[in-house]
Amino acid sequence: MSHKEYVKEGSRMVPYPSGAIVPERDLNKTPVLEAMHLGIDFGGLTAVDDFSLTVGPTEIAGLIGPNGAGKTTVFNLLTNVYHPTRGNIMLNGYTTAGKTTAQVNQMGVARTFQNIRLFSNLSVLDNVKVGLHNEMKENLLSAMTHMFGYKKQEKQADERALELLDFFHMSSLAYDEAGSLPYGAQRRLEIVRALATSPKILLLDEPAAGMNPSETFELMENIRRIRDTFGIAVMLIEHDMKLVMSICEGICVLDHGKVIAKGTPEEIKANTRVIEAYLGKKTEE
Amino acid sequence: MKTNLKQKLLNKTALTMSGIALLYLVLCLMVYSGMASRQLLLVILPISCHIVLAVSLNLVVGFLGELSLGHAGFMSVGLFTGCLVSIATVDVLPMAVRIPLSMIIGGVAAAAVGLVVGLPALRLKGDYLAIVTLGCGEIIKNVINNLHIKKGPLAGVLDGALGLNTKTIYSNIKQLLPFLIVLVLLVVWVVLNIQKSRHGRAIMAIRDNRIAAEATGINVTYYKLMVFILAAFFAGMAGVLYGHGFSIIKSAEFGYNFSIELLIIVVFGGMGKVHGSVIAAILLYTLPEIVLREFSDYRMLAYSIVLIVIMLLSENRRFKEWKDSVSLKKLFKKMFKSKTAVAVTETDAKEGGADES
Repeated sequence: MSHKEYVKEGSRMVPYPSGAIVPERDLNKTPVLEAMHLGIDFGGLTAVDDFSLTVGPTEIAGLIGPNGAGKTTVFNLLTNVYHPTRGNIMLNGYTTAGKTTAQVNQMGVARTFQNIRLFSNLSVLDNVKVGLHNEMKENLLSAMTHMFGYKKQEKQADERALELLDFFHMSSLAYDEAGSLPYGAQRRLEIVRALATSPKILLLDEPAAGMNPSETFELMENIRRIRDTFGIAVMLIEHDMKLVMSICEGICVLDHGKVIAKGTPEEIKANTRVIEAYLGKKTEE
Repeated sequence: MKTNLKQKLLNKTALTMSGIALLYLVLCLMVYSGMASRQLLLVILPISCHIVLAVSLNLVVGFLGELSLGHAGFMSVGLFTGCLVSIATVDVLPMAVRIPLSMIIGGVAAAAVGLVVGLPALRLKGDYLAIVTLGCGEIIKNVINNLHIKKGPLAGVLDGALGLNTKTIYSNIKQLLPFLIVLVLLVVWVVLNIQKSRHGRAIMAIRDNRIAAEATGINVTYYKLMVFILAAFFAGMAGVLYGHGFSIIKSAEFGYNFSIELLIIVVFGGMGKVHGSVIAAILLYTLPEIVLREFSDYRMLAYSIVLIVIMLLSENRRFKEWKDSVSLKKLFKKMFKSKTAVAVTETDAKEGGADES
């Protein structure tokens, strides 16, 4: 997809209608995810308005903003949990309008949740294998009889799932019940499960919530490793500024459902509107 | 090789299947040698049907996590359709063909109704789905209760509240037992197999967290419908066999109470536990019919007291601990552990001996 029109946004020229975070860098790449003027109203309340964002392949993008800014709503819009009232979402050049959440996942969007949502009664391995669901070709007959290629399919899935778990050093926990895992491992398992669906972009909703500094550091490394190993884009919502500023290549700041700034971490750090949104306006005396 | 064998023997599927097969083997010996008492002969058919019904209901309640209170309705659709087919073909086809054929047709009819009920039910959750399935069960019961066949070759066979006259297709337990064995083993096997497959995982994922399952690429609508249809299909097949064992069938039998009875079996057997459903079906059917018969008038009162006691016990921590300590699985594990331990110590001793020499 090529961008022909440009509009002025702040001091920069930004391709229209997309919302490239760092236009100079991203312009020549086909974006993985392109949100165009997204908006959603809940009754009379506009939760998100005119949200435009482009995420390039293998980019780590951050979505930050004060509490209640609408960050998770954006994720829900991107995965079609909510259908946008206005605007359009393109994934690799295909629109997601009218698709179900499951179909959007198959188009290449995987996500984790702010409050962990695992299949807690299933084993860790089975959680990952649920992620491999659409990759497996086991039909109903072979599932019912455990014949006709069942063993081969399951073996392949087991191997792939263990490989993915190994990536996060979790293969020793494979046969534990997911609900019994410690908090940090549950967060990691959610990421593994999302990766198992072989996404093109991974959406992480507050992955570092409730983690101590060393766990956060490990998570940072893991996010980079995911990007480098799988060659996918990562977009994350996070309140931990240290994490966001150190791993994100582009950051989008949301406040009251509107984008108030976009740019590289350095630009965001220096942006007065962002500082205002977080800390309040400086009073003139 | 050793661990492989051990796994195979400890495999839940194999254990459950062989347990059921053994039970039926004993039953076969008793029935065909004429050792079985009249009372035993009478309960084999209903118990087997209860097993199939409970296992299939477990698919909806235990695996998918949706409360269905209309399972008896699906069963009676299968029963009446299948038995009508069987009555119509009684002179044409031999029993070995007629019964399986009517079972399949009955199952398909029940599955079709399952699809019709499942479609709107997909939009509902929890209590609302329970109410809809309850209503559907009652509708099915009442519709059949008002059906009359007045013309054609089957005239008078089905006469509203007087029920379906199945005298022509009545088969005694000796004739029905092979079909029952095949059906019970097939249903238990299929349900256990599904549980350990891509589809079973998807179904259980929906139960554990629907939103996450959707975000993981699982087509929730498809799987909910699939479970409804499959459970109805099995229930319908069980219904057809049930109909062959009596000379008259009234749809009023398969109302709300019957569905609740099945639900009780599933709950006591354990949600999502197939072997539990099988055991509970046997125990909870024989309990009021045989054991509590002594209490005559107070039979149902005693039954409900027993149910309450079981329920209280199943929530009791100490009882749970006791139950775990005597569980069959543990026993097997212990047996194998001690055996392998012996083997290990033996090899250790040998190696040790080799070192010494």
